[in-house]
Parts: sequence; structure tokens; C-alpha cells
Amino acid sequence: MNPNRLVVVGYGPSAHRLVEAVRAGGFEGGITVFGEEPRPAYDRVALTSYLAGKSVEDLTYPAPGGVTLRLGSRVARVDRESRTVITASGDAEPYDTLVLATGSAPFVPPVPGKELPGCFVYRTIEDLDSIREASRSASAGVVIGGGLLGLEAADALRGLGLETHVVEMSPWLMPRQVDEGGGAVLRNHLEALGLIVHVGSGVRAVEAGPDGRAARLVKPDGEVIEAQIVVFSAGIRPRDELARQCGLAVGERGGIAVDSGMRTSDPDIYAIGECALAGGMVYGLVGPAFAQAEVAADRIMGGSAAFEGADLSTKLKLLGVEVAQFGETQFRRTGPGQTPGVLDVTYMDPVAGVYKKLFVSDDAKTLLGGICVGDAAPYGTLRPFVGRALPGSPSDLLFAGAGGVQADLPDDAQVCSCNNVTHGRIRTAIADHGLTGVQGVKDCTRAGTTCGSCVPMIQRILVTSGVEVGKALCEHFAHSRAELFDIVRVRGITTFSQLIAEHGTGRGCDVCKPVAASILASLGNGHILEGEQAALQDTNDHFLANIQNNGTYSVVPRIPGGEITPDKLIVIGEVARDFGLYTKITGGQRIDLLGARVEQLPQIWKKLVDAGFESGHAYGKALRTVKSCVGSTWCRYGVQDSVGLAIELELRYRGLRSPHKLKAAVSGCARECAEARSKDFGIIATERGWNLYVAGNGGFTPRHADLLAADVPTDVLVRTIDRFLMFYIRTADRLQRTAAWLESLDGGLGYVREVIMEDSLGICADLDAQMDRHVQSYFDEWRATLEDPEKLRRFVSFVNAPGTPDPSISFETERDQIKPVLIPLEAVSR
Amino acid sequence: MSVIQDASPLSGGLWTPVCPYADLLPERGAAALVGTCQVAVFRTFHGDLYAVGNRDPFSGACVMSRGIVGTRNGEPTVASPMHKQVFSLVTGVCLDDPAKAVPTYPIRVTDGTVEVSVA
Ligand code: SRM
Ligand SMILES: Cc1cc2nc3c(=O)[nH]c(=O)nc-3n(C[C@H](O)[C@H](O)[C@H](O)COP(=O)(O)OP(=O)(O)OC[C@H]3O[C@@H](n4cnc5c(N)ncnc54)[C@H](O)[C@@H]3O)c2cc1C
Ligand code: SF4
Ligand code: FES
Repeated sequence: MNPNRLVVVGYGPSAHRLVEAVRAGGFEGGITVFGEEPRPAYDRVALTSYLAGKSVEDLTYPAPGGVTLRLGSRVARVDRESRTVITASGDAEPYDTLVLATGSAPFVPPVPGKELPGCFVYRTIEDLDSIREASRSASAGVVIGGGLLGLEAADALRGLGLETHVVEMSPWLMPRQVDEGGGAVLRNHLEALGLIVHVGSGVRAVEAGPDGRAARLVKPDGEVIEAQIVVFSAGIRPRDELARQCGLAVGERGGIAVDSGMRTSDPDIYAIGECALAGGMVYGLVGPAFAQAEVAADRIMGGSAAFEGADLSTKLKLLGVEVAQFGETQFRRTGPGQTPGVLDVTYMDPVAGVYKKLFVSDDAKTLLGGICVGDAAPYGTLRPFVGRALPGSPSDLLFAGAGGVQADLPDDAQVCSCNNVTHGRIRTAIADHGLTGVQGVKDCTRAGTTCGSCVPMIQRILVTSGVEVGKALCEHFAHSRAELFDIVRVRGITTFSQLIAEHGTGRGCDVCKPVAASILASLGNGHILEGEQAALQDTNDHFLANIQNNGTYSVVPRIPGGEITPDKLIVIGEVARDFGLYTKITGGQRIDLLGARVEQLPQIWKKLVDAGFESGHAYGKALRTVKSCVGSTWCRYGVQDSVGLAIELELRYRGLRSPHKLKAAVSGCARECAEARSKDFGIIATERGWNLYVAGNGGFTPRHADLLAADVPTDVLVRTIDRFLMFYIRTADRLQRTAAWLESLDGGLGYVREVIMEDSLGICADLDAQMDRHVQSYFDEWRATLEDPEKLRRFVSFVNAPGTPDPSISFETERDQIKPVLIPLEAVSR
Repeated sequence: MSVIQDASPLSGGLWTPVCPYADLLPERGAAALVGTCQVAVFRTFHGDLYAVGNRDPFSGACVMSRGIVGTRNGEPTVASPMHKQVFSLVTGVCLDDPAKAVPTYPIRVTDGTVEVSVA
């Protein structure tokens, strides 16, 4: 019999996994989750990527259905008598089954000054926000603790531009994962990156400056580290305070004691994740937390699953250095306490900064564990063999990584330790579901979805299962985008129907259709809404506008180079006012009008086109903007007319469809006010001409553009950009921006230079001709649409009530403009 | 605030004409308003018709008719234009997350006119 009221305290990764598992298992009772943090559970393992630009949404786990979430709500007490939890604000919630998933808290050693402003821990999004905020007025930071989390925090401080120190009590860094030799190599790497490492040192005090904020850290030997930010990362302590308050058994050194079914000393209460003491261990990794969540979920539903301990292997990339540890590695090698029956094989290259060590049984037959610093290739391939026959000679394995593995992986070997997925399970999933890629394996088994370190192993299993990995676009085409591009170009194909009939199967999907649409458009096949092509377009292209969260659209007229006359500005203002649109300056030096209903788009665009505006292609995988700075016309530093060039380039490439969007900028001098080096192509004026930079990127993974040509005159510049863009359009993958494309090319920038500047493939004339065709055949999509009643027919709210506005769209007012009223999700999901 | 309903009490069991069959573009959808109920109607390449609820259960926006029509393992599908989850046009179930679904409605052609029933 299922209990009918499940209450979960804490909403971190383990709670999320538990709730998912009981829902998936058909649990029918009510579920209430209390989370102290103000937001739904997120991927704490990926926390640091938040500072590198990932959004909270990127990190947040998908919302589980049918669960009452009480966020920003801390449970203060558990009353076991009445089986009720009571929150800090006094609300009571009864339970039949209670799960404690309260995680852990960073341990802050009792150092004088630890409460000063400027002292932080590193565990939540809020912690990171505070650290980022404080970093604005700081020049140096120090992390106390040189373990896994401490070095991640150090990575973050360095990323915030601070001089970064790490203070570690042990004689070497990451003492729980690597041995002394590995620690030394790791330290070399970090020092080469500018980190200042203090090992074998504690902390005497944090001292304040005149402003009352942390200003320096004093070591026991009296040495002073000037730092305005102090991050404590000296281990974690299980949050067992609720268990103590209500009298559950806890371990001597903390942690809520549980049996192998994750049950506490009260049979109606479970504890999972970092707050639980299972088999005498508090695990500080997410893999065991997930495994425990699955066990508890199974028990709650009447099963008999058991948690038998977990693998503590870790692999990470810190500050660009790979560090990994797997299996058993805490052996004493020499001296009186030497562990009998263990041999180790070490490979060390101090110049390359590589340290690899394998532990094997003394008959050299069984793999016990390993440590890697600088090159963790053996981790993915060897970890599943821990406790089993060595799959090759130790030296082959250390040198050749996967290549040295001769034996087949046994079916019961664990491939993904985060999600406890075995080789057998992955193999069966590949065979049963006809999986062809890593994504399929992830979807089916969850392997590879957490830390990602097992992905190379999954790839290898796909290959050994006879799957050709990677290039198929989707189930309808076995080709990559680049191959399809060549097929369409060489065979002169002009419709999707012909392409899929001759080279694919079925009728396509939301992956291959937009790709085909883009290829056909790049090769100049008329209006994107012409005939059959219309049905291929993504919704944004289909309505020549960007869909917004409430189903309305945005309108972005092209403003080449960001230059605009007062009269045109006034027209935009009038249109926005007359149609009641929200108006905002975009990050691309133009103006966005938001909140247009689909049936209003033609009327809006009629006014804009009549005033001389064109589509800005904000909706397309196409050229967006060429930003400019004022340049030599006005700026006292400018050496060339950057506005003039930006406009020329924007007009040349407008409407050019490509694998992903294209952005550009032109700066009038090396001060770079247009941010050209963060663009797909960026131009910076020099005294003698222009410098051309390519393959830069803002966005998720920022990349500075590389210098492709220096001091070139305008005509050479334009031809070089023509060829760069056409070569990219021909050969890139779907949704691959120029930055990722360049990095995927064998030979990188040198190869691109050979192809487009030395014509090593003999295709330059072809690329030039293709771009000339594009320039000559350009027309404004919106004007052409307004002139064609057939195309206008799609811009209606309802086929049977064309003039009736969608009744689900409504707005409220904020700062004197409209703002969508979103339908609350409870009203949507049942 | 507007109120969204799946089924209209007014249309009780009746077939409601929506538009001429010829007005539907192959492999594209169109929205229809039947009473207060929003229906997304689709015409596939082979000429089959499907009708599902127009509201995307993930975003709450009434946009399903604007998604891309395709197939997955032979099953006709539409992808939500908002965040691209793929739904079966036959069962309405979301193939990427079977916990979510859109309602499906009977649809037919009478004398060249497409009709749906939302009762
Ligand atoms: C409107 C605007 C924000 C603003 O209010 O300023 C914007 C809005 C959107 N951006 Fe952006 N981006 C805008 C400038 C930028 C910039 C800045 C720039 O262009 O200089 C960047 C960083 C530069 C870059 O792209 O390298 C930027 C990086 C992104 C990314 C990340 C791209 C990446 O490669 O990682 C996405 C996601 C994507 O394209 O897949 C994105 C996607 C989007 C989308 C299309 C998301 C979506 O599908 O709904 C947004 C809808 C646009 C719309 O009109 O509805 N937007 N976006 C800016 C429009 C500029 C314009 O005039 O066209
Ligand atoms: C920066 C960082 C990097 C990491 N990297 C890795 C890694 O690479 N690999 C790895 O395996 N692990 C890593 N970890 C560890 C991993 O994040 C944890 O193992 C995991 O988060 C544990 O999940 P949990 O649900 O048990 O606890 P938590 O994530 O701590 O979640 C517990 C939640 O409960 C809430 N809570 C506590 N008490 C109450 C209460 N009384 N009422 C209501 N809510 C309460 C807390 O606020 C918290 O939100 C990392 C952790 C950090 C901080
Ligand atoms: S980049 Fe140079 S020319 Fe352009 S505005 Fe800045 S300082 Fe002036
Ligand atoms: S081992 Fe972490 S995702 Fe597989």
C-alpha cells in the first residue's frame, strides 16, 4: 500500500531525483517538497558555469509534474508524534512518509574574522551572485581549501579577473583524489596559470581594512595575503539539524544514520544525499546521492532496493587541467605501513605536465585504481575495469588510453557512475531502440547526463556495437549538413520533396526541414515562403518574426550599421505607439518592437516598408547586424570610416542564410568600441587599411576572433569575407557558429587561410560566384510578402475567424509599456 | 487575465466547419476558434488531417498550429514552436516527455470543407 502523503525536505539534486523516480514509478499520493533556496532544484555540479555565463534556467532541472513545490521555505521542525513538518514561518504540513534531503553546508573553520563582509562560501547561486558582486571592487581573492570544490572556487575567482590564492592544509592539492606526485604536477599547472598556491598552511585570521571589510588573510607563519574576497571551502558538513531536533540517530561526526534502504531510525523517515550517513559514509558526490534517491523511491513504493555503497571516482577539468581518480588509490607505498599486495605503475612527463599512475594487484592481473593529472584519457576507458582483469599491459594502457584496451568490457561493468548505468544496459538500449548517437543513449539510460565524463566511453560502446557515430542529421537523413549541402549544390536540387525522395526517408521533421530550408535559401532559391519551402521553415522564418513567450511576435527592422535618420526613428516610434508595442534598443544596435499578434504583422510591416525599412532577419539563421562605432567621421581617435564600411557590409550580406546566425562589427581604431573581436567576422581599422578577425562569439561560449588578414584594403577585405562566409556555409554543421566550426576544422585557421587565400582546393572562383549571386538576387522578404496575397494568407489568428485576436493573449503595464500576462503553468499542466 | 478552456460547452457533439480543405497548406497547421476552444488543424503531405489542442502544455501559449509537421518513426508529429518538444498528431502525447499531452479532436472533410468536433 502506498502511503498517500509524501513530504520531502530540501530541494537539491537528490530530492529532485527522488521525486522524479516516485512519479515515474506511479506513486499516486500527494507530494510536497520544501526547499529553502528561492528557486527550484538546479544542477549544483555545474554551478561554476553560472559565472561563465550559463543562466539559472540552463542549470535548473526540468520541473517534475504533479508536485507541490514550496520554495523559499525552510523546514524548522519535525514533529514525529503528529507526523507533521513545521516551516520557519509556522506553516504545518502532515506526512505519511518523510524524506530528508537537506544536503550539506560548507564547513567554515573557526577562524577569527570569518564573519567579515567579503567572506563567502561556495554552494548556491546566491553565493555566486554575492561573490561576483564583491569582485567588482576587489583585486585579489583567496580560497581556503585546495580540494575539489576549493579549486573550482579558485577557478571562478580567476575567471572574475582576481589575483587568486589557494591555501591548503595538506602538503599537496586535492589530497583526497591524487597522491603527492599528482599534486605536484597539478600545482605546476595552476602556477603556470597565475594562481598562487600555499600548501601545508592553515589560517590564523582574516583581518579587516579601514572600511570594515575583509582585507587580508594572515597565515600561522605570519605571512600576509592581501585579499578582499575570502572563500571558505574546507570540506562539507551534513545538514542533520532536523534529524537531531526530532531525535533521529545521527553519526558521531554528523550525518543522519540510515540502513541500506535509506531508512532512518524512524521507519517513516528516509534520508538521502549529502545529509545521509550510509554504511558509515557521508558521500560528497552527486552520483551516490542519485543512487540513494532511487533506492529510497523504490522503498517508498514497496520495493526492496538497497544502497550498497558507491564509487568515489572523480574526473574534472579545472582551469583547463584534467584531474581524475578512480578505484582504490589510498595505498601506503613505502615504509612500515606499506599496503601489501599492491603494485603501482607511474608515467610522468614534467614538461608536458602529465602524471598518470595505475594501481594493480601484485600479480599484475587486477586493476585496483588510478590517478591522472594533465591527461585523464585513461579514466573513461579504465574505470569500468576496476576490480577486474587488466584489459591490456599497464604501460600500453597508460600511454595509448582507449587504444591500449584490448579486452571487451564486461556487461556488468559500470560505465556511468553518476547514474549507475552498466555497460550491459547501454548495449541493450542501443540494440533495442536502434540508437545511433550519444544523445539517444542519454535519453534512454540517463548515462552521460550529469558530469559527462563517461561520454567518451559511451561513444566507444556505440562504435563497438557497430553504430557509425555522429554524422546523421536525424532519422530521415543519414548525411551531415555539409554532405547535404554538397548534394543540393552539385545535383541542383531545388525542393525538399526531391531531396528527401532521392536521399532520405519519410517526410522529415523539425530538425531536417529547417536545415534543408536554409541550404536551399543559401543557394538562392527565391522567397523562403514560396510554395513548398514555406512548410520547411521554423516558426520564426514562417512568420518572418520571432515568437515570444506568450505567442506574440517581435518586429526588428534592419538598421544597417546602427545608423538611422531622425525621420526613420520617428516612424518606428509612431508604429510602436499606434500598435501599442513594447519598444527596446537591442544589443545589436537596433530597435525591437515586441508584442505584435500574428495578424498585425502585415499591417505593421506595411508602415515600415513604406517608410523605407526592410526585414532585419532577427528571426533567421542569417546575417543579423554589422555593428559599428562612430569612427573617423566624428571620433578624435578614428583612423577609418567604420560606419561607412559597416553599412556596406550589412547591405552586402543581408538576407544571407547560413548554418547559424552571423554577426559582425567594424571598429574605427584599435580601441575597439564596436566589440568586433566577439563577432563571426569583425573588422578593426588600422592606419594602413583593415584587420579582419574571424570566428569570434559572444553567447554561451565566448571566443575572441582570430586575425585572418592584416592591413588589407577594402576590396581585398570584402572578397576575403565573401569566401570565409561561403566556405563556412558550405561545410559547417547544423546550428554550428563560426567559432565552433573553426575549432572543429582539422588544421584550424591555417587551413581556412590556405583554402580561401591560397585557393588550395581550387574553389575560390566558385565561392566568389556564389556570393555574387547572393548579392544580386537579394530582395526584401517583407516587401515581397506584402505584395503577394497568397503569402499574406498565413498571417491570420484563426482560419475561421481571421480578424479575432487570440483571446489567450493579454498584457499588463510595467514602466509605461506593455508586458505579457503569462498563463500560470498550473492552469496548463494537469 | 484570460481564461483558457479545452472544451466548449456550446458545441456539444456537433461538427463545426472550419475552412475549405484547399486552404490548408500541406505539412503546415492553422488555428481555428471553436466556441472558446482553440484547435490546431494540420494537413500532412499525404493529405491526412489531424486536430489537436492549440495550447502548448509546456509554455502555456496557444501556438501549436505554428509548429513544424514531420514524422518520428513513421508517426505524424508536430513540434511546438516555443521549445521544440515533439507531439504525436495521432495521440496528442508528447514523445519527448510522455507525461504531457495535447488533447486530440475528431476531424473530417465534408464536401471540401474541413470540420472538427470538440465536444
Ligand atoms: C533582442 C536581443 C536582446 C536585446 O533585447 O538586446 C536578442 C534576443 C534574442 N536572442 Fe540574442 N539577442 C540580442 C543580441 C545578442 C547578442 C549581442 C550582439 O549581437 O552583439 C548576443 C551575443 C553575441 C553573439 O551572438 O555571439 C546574443 C546571443 C544569443 C545567443 C547565444 C549564441 C551563441 O552562439 O552562443 C542565442 C541562442 C541561439 O542563437 O541559439 C540568442 C538568441 C536570442 C533569441 C533569438 C532567443 C529566441 O529564440 O527567442 C532572442 C529573441 C530575439 C527576438 O527578437 O525575439 N542570442 N544575442 C538582441 C537582438 C540583437 C539584434 O538587433 O538582432
Ligand atoms: C561548486 C560545486 C561543485 C561540485 N562539483 C561536483 C562534481 O564535479 N561531481 C560531483 O559528483 N559532485 C559535485 N558537487 C557535489 C554535488 O553538488 C552534491 O553532491 C549534490 O548537490 C548533493 O545533492 P543533495 O540533494 O544531497 O544536497 P544539496 O544539493 O545540498 O541540496 C539540499 C537542499 O536542501 C535545502 N535544505 C537544507 N535544509 C533545509 C530545510 N530545513 N528546509 C528546506 N530546505 C532545506 C538546501 O538549501 C539545499 O537546497 C559539487 C558541489 C559544489 C558546491
Ligand atoms: S573604436 Fe576607435 S574610432 Fe571607434 S569610437 Fe572607439 S575610439 Fe573612436
Ligand atoms: S559518469 Fe558522470 S555522467 Fe556518466
